[in-house]
Amino acid sequence: MKIQNGSSRAYRIFSIVVLVILAFLFLFPLYWIVTGAFKNGADINNPQPVWFPTEWVSTNFEKLFAKRSAPLFSVGDAIVGPTVPAAIRWLVNTVFMSVMAMLLTCLTAAMAGYSLAKKRFAGRGIMFSLIVCAMALPKQVILIPLLKEMAALDLYGTLWAVIFPTVGWPFGVFLMKQFAEGIPGEILEATRIDGASELKTFTTVVMPMIKPGIGALAIFTFINSWNDYFMQLVMLDKNEIYTISLGIATLQSETTVDTGLLMAGAALASVPIIIVFLVFQKYFTQGITMGAVKG
Amino acid sequence: MKGVLNLAKQSNATMSRALQRRENISGYLFMLPSLIFFAGFVIIPMVICILTSLTDANMRDTSMLGNFIGLSNFAKLFQDKDFKQALWNTIVIVVVSVPTVCAFSLWVASAIYKLKGPVLSAFRCIFYLPVVTGSVAVVVVWKWMYNNYYGIFNYVLKGVGIIDKNINWLGDPKFALWCIILILFTTSVGQPIVLYVSALGNVDQTLVEAAQVDGATNFQVFWRVKWAQMMPTTLYILVITTINSFQCFALIQLLTSGGSNTNTVMYHIYFTAFKLTEQAGHFGYANAMGVVLALFIGALSAVQFKLAKEK
Repeated sequence: MKIQNGSSRAYRIFSIVVLVILAFLFLFPLYWIVTGAFKNGADINNPQPVWFPTEWVSTNFEKLFAKRSAPLFSVGDAIVGPTVPAAIRWLVNTVFMSVMAMLLTCLTAAMAGYSLAKKRFAGRGIMFSLIVCAMALPKQVILIPLLKEMAALDLYGTLWAVIFPTVGWPFGVFLMKQFAEGIPGEILEATRIDGASELKTFTTVVMPMIKPGIGALAIFTFINSWNDYFMQLVMLDKNEIYTISLGIATLQSETTVDTGLLMAGAALASVPIIIVFLVFQKYFTQGITMGAVKG
Repeated sequence: MKGVLNLAKQSNATMSRALQRRENISGYLFMLPSLIFFAGFVIIPMVICILTSLTDANMRDTSMLGNFIGLSNFAKLFQDKDFKQALWNTIVIVVVSVPTVCAFSLWVASAIYKLKGPVLSAFRCIFYLPVVTGSVAVVVVWKWMYNNYYGIFNYVLKGVGIIDKNINWLGDPKFALWCIILILFTTSVGQPIVLYVSALGNVDQTLVEAAQVDGATNFQVFWRVKWAQMMPTTLYILVITTINSFQCFALIQLLTSGGSNTNTVMYHIYFTAFKLTEQAGHFGYANAMGVVLALFIGALSAVQFKLAKEK
């Protein structure tokens, strides 16, 4: 018994050491992006890595901003905002896209999830199986037909072409159903007897009870939509409508040598979303786990 | 008396029918907004995908579907060398990355799940960071690290004496696919770790204690009690990791554009539909590949389900 204790203690120490090393390795690319964004050209192109910038410079960002420009916002052809560096417009587009996808997904999924969990309507079982089956299919496979459809709907090349398919993806409905299962039937019955309308029941009783679920879905959708590069690549075709990921990817294929500029772009694309993630990570973890528990 | 009872029964039946109707209407009204998006942007494209895979639809065609040509897209597919190569590479990626991701995340989770709250969430966040960072930012920085002349990999590996000459990691067919698998690995373990940590936390402690009283070793407790209880989680992880590995696209497109023998099915679909000059925009053919990929993933998920159930 003693020997086992000794060896298990040694194992614990060993595993902590390995974990800390791994944690550093996993953090390293991010560290390399952020420091790279502020390094000068000599540091960047030094074959012997410069672990910490010898001087912090902002030239990489200045070059990135000088590269292209675009109006800050535009609604149709009529309303056009002041001209700003394209990277700023890309960020505006990305935020707009992610926020819209998040709001629409949360609203529609909360309603549908509640309905699937608590309403005993005909065809409910079939509906649910359809949703689960669709979730198991690779979503990227349908991107090309989606492109044709968006062109037919005259949405190709707009951010809506990226937002709508995100909203349609059934994971959110599945997640919200898991949360809504927890609402006690008696409470719903009581509100019904009190004469509350369906809509009122939903907004005043159901919504507050599934709030943690909505939080989880919101952060999940926001991050996924921000990072869904393939969809953005297929649907968006103009500089003014690019997202930050797509914009940086385009710069990458143009400038293969200017690593500093690319790091500045990568920092701009990743740091905001990482901050959002860190602030809301509690909800995020909950969302991931809830989606799987009964999955 | 009987009449009154009958009347009551009757009104009860109409009452419940009315209730059911009300339930149907409100149920579907609540589903409606979500259904519009689901049907419009998931189901319809799926149907179009399957239908066009049987036609010669292409980008320039104004019609959505093109002309019906039966299964010849699929027949052509199995003679297409590039497609077979892409399928093989994809299988290599899946076969290597799925077990390593599962084993690694299980180990990490079992090493961290008993740590104190803040330390635990710090570790969880760190392993999740590459997912949040986004594929483009991840690719840009890894491309730099893999660089032939001033990349950190060559410097470090030369420093410790594993290699003696700079290696062109992404340009060499011997290494490129493995470089991509390594990046894919770092961006895949985040979610499984979160899932395993919560699964380990939910393991029934009374069973663990009972096994320990019976004199089971730590290893036996882990294998016989905890592992068995975590089977649903493992299954879910297997399925999502398989799907993710099959869909590996951004890494290929941004790092090698399918060169250095790193073509995958997903990239090949994109390439056929948008880039290939000789059959530019051949959507029908590209969709046939999509259908094959979906069938592959579906079959694999089914096998994993079956294996997990038997255990």
